[in-house]
Amino acid sequence: MSLKALHLLFIIVSTLLCFGFAGWALWAYSHEDVGRRANLIMGSTSAALGVALLAYGRYFLRKLRDVSYL
Amino acid sequence: MDIPYTVQPRRDTGLYNAKLGIWLFLASEVMLFGALFSSYILLRVGADPGEWPQRLLNVPIGTVNTLVLITSSVTVVLGWAALKQKNFAKYRKLQTITVLCALTFVGIKSYEYADKFKHYQVITKDGKVYDGHLVKQDNEVVVLEGGLIDASKGKAHGVMVAQREAELHGGHHPEVEIKRSEIQKIGNYGPGHNTYMSIYFTLTGLHALHVIGGALVIAYILWPGAGMYKTDPERYINRVEVSGLFWHFVDLVWIFLFPVLYLL
Repeated sequence: MSLKALHLLFIIVSTLLCFGFAGWALWAYSHEDVGRRANLIMGSTSAALGVALLAYGRYFLRKLRDVSYL
Repeated sequence: MDIPYTVQPRRDTGLYNAKLGIWLFLASEVMLFGALFSSYILLRVGADPGEWPQRLLNVPIGTVNTLVLITSSVTVVLGWAALKQKNFAKYRKLQTITVLCALTFVGIKSYEYADKFKHYQVITKDGKVYDGHLVKQDNEVVVLEGGLIDASKGKAHGVMVAQREAELHGGHHPEVEIKRSEIQKIGNYGPGHNTYMSIYFTLTGLHALHVIGGALVIAYILWPGAGMYKTDPERYINRVEVSGLFWHFVDLVWIFLFPVLYLL
C-alpha cells in the first residue's frame, strides 16, 4: 500500500470523525447547560471541516491520479 | 556491492525494501496499540456502572490537537507529491509545516499534562472531598483553587465541567485553604490517580513518543539527509514516502484516541 492509499484511508476516517464529532458537540449543545457556546463552535467547525475534507479528498485524487495505490 | 531493491520493487513482493520494512514495523505497532486499546476497553467494560470517569479532559484542546495532526498529514503527503513533481522547494516548505505541527502537538500535550499534574484532589478526615488546582502547599496548609465536591457522586465530574465552563468564560474559582492535620489523602491527577488516568497517560504518552520520533525522522530527511536528493533522487523520494507512511499511522492512532479518551 502506497502513501497515496493510506492517505485516502486517513481522509475517510478523519471525515467520519469530523461528522461524528460535530454530531456529538451539537448534541451536547442542545442537552447540556455548561460549555454551550464552545460546543456550538466546535460542532459547526467540525461539520465544516468534514465538508472541506471531502472536497480535499476529491482534489487529492485528481492531483495524484497517476500515482499507484501499491 | 550495491544493496538491491532500494529503488525498484522486488518482483515477488511488488515493494522496495524500505516499504516492506515499514509495513512490517507498522504491523508490530498495530499489535502494540491494539493491545493497549483492548486493555482500555476491558477496563472500562469491567468498571462498575457510573464509576468510570468521563469528560475529565479538555475537549477544545484535544480538538485543536486533532486539527493540528490532520493538517500535518495533508502537508506530509502534498510534500511527497511535490517531490515527485521535482519541486524540492515546495516539498521543503510543506515538510517544515509538518515538523512545526508536530512541535505544536507536543507543546499542547505538554500543557495538558502539566495541568493534570497541578490538579489535586484532597480527602479530609471527615470525608469531605476538595478538588482544584494547587496554589501552594507547605507543612501547615494546602491551598487549592477549586472547591468542595459532592462526595456522594464519588467523582469530580461536575467540578471538571464547571471548571471548564469557568475557564471558557475567563472566570476563576475561589481559593480554599485546607489544614495539613485535617488531610487524610492528597494526590494529583497523575497516572497514579485512578485507572482512567493511568491508561490515559500510557496511551497518550506512547503516542507522543511516536510523534516525537516521527518528527525527528522527517526533520532528518528534510535537512541533514537532503543531500541524497542530488545523488539518488528516487531513493530519497522513497525515504520521504516511508516516513510519510509512519506519520500517517501515528495520526490514525490519534484519530481513534481522541474520541475514545475525550468524548466517550
